[in-house]
Amino acid sequence: MTNVITVRNLRKCYGSTVAVDDISFDVAQGEIFAILGPNGAGKTTAVETIVGLRRPDRGDISVLGIDPQQDAQALRQHIGVQLQQAAVPQRLKVWEILDLFASFYPATVPRDRLIEQWGLVEKRNAYFGKLSGGQQQRLFIALALINDPQIVFFDELTTGLDPQARRATWELVQGVRAQAKTVVLVTHAMDEAELLADRVAIIDHGRIVALDTPQALIRRIQPDSQVRFTTSNGFDPALLQQVEGVSAVERIGAQVTVRGAGPLLSRVAQALAEHQMEPADLRQERATLEDVFLAATGRGLRD
Amino acid sequence: MKSFHRMTISEIKLFVREPMSMFFTLAFPLLLLFVFGAIFGNEPTPLFGGMGTVDVSVPAYIGMTIATLGLLGLPIGLATYREQGILRRLRATPVRPVVIFGALLAVNLVAALAGTLLLLVAGRLVFDLTMPAMPLSLLPAIFLCVLSFSAFSFVLAGLVSTPRVAQALGMALLMPMLFLSGAAMPRETMPENIQRIGDFLPLTYVVELLQGLWFGQGWNLAAVAVLLGMLVVGTLLATRTFRWE
Repeated sequence: MTNVITVRNLRKCYGSTVAVDDISFDVAQGEIFAILGPNGAGKTTAVETIVGLRRPDRGDISVLGIDPQQDAQALRQHIGVQLQQAAVPQRLKVWEILDLFASFYPATVPRDRLIEQWGLVEKRNAYFGKLSGGQQQRLFIALALINDPQIVFFDELTTGLDPQARRATWELVQGVRAQAKTVVLVTHAMDEAELLADRVAIIDHGRIVALDTPQALIRRIQPDSQVRFTTSNGFDPALLQQVEGVSAVERIGAQVTVRGAGPLLSRVAQALAEHQMEPADLRQERATLEDVFLAATGRGLRD
Repeated sequence: MKSFHRMTISEIKLFVREPMSMFFTLAFPLLLLFVFGAIFGNEPTPLFGGMGTVDVSVPAYIGMTIATLGLLGLPIGLATYREQGILRRLRATPVRPVVIFGALLAVNLVAALAGTLLLLVAGRLVFDLTMPAMPLSLLPAIFLCVLSFSAFSFVLAGLVSTPRVAQALGMALLMPMLFLSGAAMPRETMPENIQRIGDFLPLTYVVELLQGLWFGQGWNLAAVAVLLGMLVVGTLLATRTFRWE
């Protein structure tokens, strides 16, 4: 697979504060690449440097074969960007904003198709200032896609949205990937990264502390699977020791935890059924990216 | 060119949709024209070299429009664009800065010309205004005045932190200037020493340039020199003070 973004030893300081400290990574064509980390970790600085809005102190960046410091103008023809703390004039209407941004590019996606695709048909003639947070965000996505870019950068796409709007936005991002575009997703929401990303770079204090697929990252800190259920009768959990793949069974009060490898959940369920046991809360538990972050940094993502 | 065209149209729409800018730049000078025209009429007066009050006031009010656009409208607009992150968003597109700033200048020019036309028509219909003697020279003169004051707008916008500060500073500069430069009331009506203060205000030269062309006295070269100087110095300062974020 070809890399569309290459970053080598990128460093960026603000005065004496090191915002991005020697990071290197590649983004492959067509993937959703997430940059995950707590607020102030340097994610936004990294992305803004990659798209040519900031000048790096050190390091090499290549985006679609273009050095953003050499030819930002050319690069911006081929990428789409949704930035944090960015806006468009309050008193322009949705269609006017799309027309304005379309005029910046030689070739664009038809305005009305974008309006339809991003659910803004009813808001076509509404002022930007009158849109809800979710609608504004959808307009920003539409603006980022107006030049049919090869790479799209989304910085904190769902921050400040209600849960329903977040979920809807996630579906939209998957829709963007379905158009064979590369997506770089900057987020502090680990559920978002876990759900959407093909690969995740976890950043803390300006450094990449982990980089892999979400599944691989999780497997690395928790190679075993865990199955849990509660039981109120005198069930002897030792019975489950015989089940194939099980490495440990533990009972604390009514709570039983089974550890092991392979298709653990179905095997445990089958074994329980053979003993006429049908616990209602039988479930497989797995670590999340939050646990990965905790393991990599020794503290929680929301600290 | 396509982007400049679109950008200018968007900016004109934004100007028209902002009641404050419409009132202060277009309606207010018209209001003054009607009030003072009703009080003093437009009879030839020796004080104004045989011109009437309305004759002297109309080119002065055009200067007022230009100063309001340059000291209030554009600096507040730019500060708002910066504070809200609109400049930031535009910078992430391939649009060239010269297109953004050119469009903002174009809007000021269009607004100044619209204000001129309103004053001209109202003055003519209601007060028998003397028509400009050198109308074709008036256009480049207005262009120069708008350009000089707009360069100053960019300096102001670079100096202030927020739109509110831009508004306060713009008002503090505009108000005394309007009264001391002859834009709001003729300098001839003021005491000699107060008149001298006006010699140090750029708006005075706008008013003198426009009045000179209106009354057929030709180009006031001293005024042109001052305004060109302001344009050059303003542009140089603006390139140093301007901030995207």
